[in-house]
Amino acid sequence: MASSTGPELERLIQLLARLPGLGPRSARRAALHLIRKREALLAPLADAVRVVADRVVTCTACGNVDTSIPCAICQDPRRDPAVLIVVESVSDLWALERAAALNARYHVLGGVLSPLDGVGPDDLNLASLAERAADPAVAEVIIALNATVDGQTTAHFITDMLQHLPVKVTRLAHGVPVGGELDYLDEGTLVAAIRQRTTL
Amino acid sequence: MEWADEGVVLGVRRLGESSVILEVMTRAHGRHAGVVRGGRSGRMRPVLQPGNSVSLVWRARIEEQLGVFAVEGGQLRAARYMGSALALNLLGAAVALTRLLPERDPHADVHDALALLADHVADDAVGPGLLALFELSLLAELGFGLDLSRCVATGVTDHLAYVSPKSGCAVSAAAGEPWKDRLLPLPPFLSGALAAPPSPQDVLDALRVTGFFLARHVYGPRGMPAPDGRERVIAILQRLSGPSPQ
Repeated sequence: MASSTGPELERLIQLLARLPGLGPRSARRAALHLIRKREALLAPLADAVRVVADRVVTCTACGNVDTSIPCAICQDPRRDPAVLIVVESVSDLWALERAAALNARYHVLGGVLSPLDGVGPDDLNLASLAERAADPAVAEVIIALNATVDGQTTAHFITDMLQHLPVKVTRLAHGVPVGGELDYLDEGTLVAAIRQRTTL
Repeated sequence: MEWADEGVVLGVRRLGESSVILEVMTRAHGRHAGVVRGGRSGRMRPVLQPGNSVSLVWRARIEEQLGVFAVEGGQLRAARYMGSALALNLLGAAVALTRLLPERDPHADVHDALALLADHVADDAVGPGLLALFELSLLAELGFGLDLSRCVATGVTDHLAYVSPKSGCAVSAAAGEPWKDRLLPLPPFLSGALAAPPSPQDVLDALRVTGFFLARHVYGPRGMPAPDGRERVIAILQRLSGPSPQ
């Protein structure tokens, strides 16, 4: 079937369709929307994409993505240097930052141990984690990994790896989410919640 | 094509944004993979954790296709062992070993042994011994079964204390005495004499026996190392008991 758009537009639509959450149909809608809002959206977006493409780097200290090394979080003097939060990916870091529960520093592993996907300890940022945790200023390492078998296997591996260091190693609690109804929770989550119950 | 079966989850791989490819050890259809649409949803993620038992319906147009699974949770055990490093590594080792089996080849005994291990994996007194028995069962299914029922030299069925690394058969304490340095120790529970949960040292001895034959018949010819989880299980048991197996 002949294309209804030129090759440049077709390429834009194809690239947009590769973004998470977008398919070919929604990519066409997004492309059309960008064209309609040419001055307000398309040009600024193009500029922003170019700047990020030129400047974005991975922080050599923590694994976060930013436009400077060290990243803004690692440079921030207001963050508590005694607490290091270990996360699987940058999206998890962003989620914890949105929650604003702790004003700490992070360490991005870049994945979790997964025999099925062939991910072993050498594929993760574990050596740099050991170096950072050995810093006398660090008193606690919080392992904020997913409550999955792979995530928790990685958490135990890290706990073993850091056991010779004088740091407290903790992990996130597992249990009932806010707004969760017991009747709809899986048995495993209920078991975890019962085991980690707290005194009122 | 359509069938229904039960199985133990081995793992998942992402497929697109919302689906996964589920790998499961089924009872009647062996190690089998299939797409689970919506497998990354909040409802399905807890169900598709390794070690959970699930009910499955597999559908495909022809048998050679990957097919699609409809999955319903059965025994959701994952949360029970997430707090234990030993349990997670026992399960990781068993899952990695199960992947040695060819796909779509029925091995009901391995399914049952894996389900039993998953049931008791959080019990530190029982779980490690069940891994050794699981490995014994897997060796048999792969065609390298050990004969631990009677002494290969004298034929007696009691006081079995060693395993011959040459034949994979049991040897009695008396017959093996002159060559005991060259024989592998046989803990009683491995030959079926299970009176009480085995000690960590017994389990280490058992894993030394199964590890020796897995290395010779399975890992060696395939040029692959033993699973990381198995090595970590041995390291944890060594911390609990002292000396180490090979």
